[in-house]
Amino acid sequence: MALRIGVLALQGAFAEHVVMLGRLGVDPVEVRLPPQLSGLDALIIPGGESTSISLLMSEYGFLAPVENMAKSGFPVWGTCAGLIVLSRLTPGSYPHTMQVMDIEVKRNAFGRQVDSFETDLHIPGLGPDAFHGIFIRAPRISKVGAAVDVLCKLPDGEPVAARQGKLLCCSFHPELGNDTRFHRYFVDMVTTST
Amino acid sequence: MEQGTQTLKSGLAQMLKGGVIMDVVTPEHAKIAEAAGACAVMALERVPADIRAQGGVARMSDPTIISAIIEAVSIPVMAKCRIGHFVEAQVLEALGVDYIDESEVLTPADENHHVWKHDFKVPFVCGCRDLGEALRRISEGAAMIRTKGEAGTGNIVEAVRHMRAVQDGIRKLQNMPEDELPAEAKNLGAPIELVREVHRTGKLPVVNFAAGGIATPADAALMMQLGAEGVFVGSGIFKSSDPAKRAGAIVRATTHFRDARLIAEVSRGLGEAMPGLDIKAIPKEELLAPRGW
Repeated sequence: MALRIGVLALQGAFAEHVVMLGRLGVDPVEVRLPPQLSGLDALIIPGGESTSISLLMSEYGFLAPVENMAKSGFPVWGTCAGLIVLSRLTPGSYPHTMQVMDIEVKRNAFGRQVDSFETDLHIPGLGPDAFHGIFIRAPRISKVGAAVDVLCKLPDGEPVAARQGKLLCCSFHPELGNDTRFHRYFVDMVTTST
Repeated sequence: MEQGTQTLKSGLAQMLKGGVIMDVVTPEHAKIAEAAGACAVMALERVPADIRAQGGVARMSDPTIISAIIEAVSIPVMAKCRIGHFVEAQVLEALGVDYIDESEVLTPADENHHVWKHDFKVPFVCGCRDLGEALRRISEGAAMIRTKGEAGTGNIVEAVRHMRAVQDGIRKLQNMPEDELPAEAKNLGAPIELVREVHRTGKLPVVNFAAGGIATPADAALMMQLGAEGVFVGSGIFKSSDPAKRAGAIVRATTHFRDARLIAEVSRGLGEAMPGLDIKAIPKEELLAPRGW
């Protein structure tokens, strides 16, 4: 039976994740209310505006169930705004996040839209070919805990993708473009037991 | 490393999808919008209803207001330049706005030419009334499209007309044999490459939002069900009696646009909507949508 992977569809680029999952033979499910979390094998929290997404998650009662699922080994992947939702924010910043990954994040830390950038990344887990990273008003991973594996860094050593058990995050947008390797990595992570 | 590419420009619009972009005239408004769940704000001196009421030449806002709004919130900030006024656009880019709306709500600076948007690192959104107009703006470099609607009226009828026209145009192209595409490109007044792309993909190459006349949660959900990927709300929020509550309700109705029970719930007790205008009662020369081509 095909894997069922939910994509949180409150705001942002959820349709792009749905397309990528479909190309990998996964059964994607748009999730707008918490009852739709049941029966899923994994969840993706997409790029979008982290304030809008976290506010709607809080209001519709997603925070506690997703936090409990993430803590009990349920695979969750956050891209950009999704990374923010999974992490701990630098003190004093808005909005409230789940803090299930032991990383600290600073929002919009690369600057405004004119500072957004694309660059080739080398991600050992995805094979030898470069992966094209699209960074849009991206957050910066400012601190990484001991239990977290950094999967990819910019040439200056800045971490941009990380994994902690079954939790995966990146500050760029693998859902934009045609390269499905990052999604394949997540699907493999969902299907393997370690 | 590359910056200012079409991927980054249209990519930001993709991140705004499913969200509500709200017109604000003060930092306090901007904070209310952010707290209500807006995915971006449009920084202005006056909302369209006031521009309409006061008349005269409407221009880019004072940079002081735009900078104060940029300082006040962490979500993206957009601002408007006049159609064809590429220096206003240069100024807005220098101020660090995240998106420029080349808008018919302001008085056009050029009746023949829109801004050549490829020259900018900052992305642009432009209004349209039909598919041809959308594709003309995209060919000039627009990275996001919205319906024009009739801004400042609180009347959804024009936005509905424009969204249906765009969708009809797309469906027509999709079902057309390839040898008829050049003639259709001529009819649409649009570049053949973009016409072929829409024929092949069945959608616009950039994100398409609804704008112009949205005043209620049901208006927002109506536009989403008609195919909009998100909504702009101009005067509809801060010209209503309880802006924070209405803003939150419109955000929720946009997310849950197919869930009528939820839309009913958020529509309860919102107070007075903005006063509306019948389009037929507006003198022809005061209509905003026909500005631009």
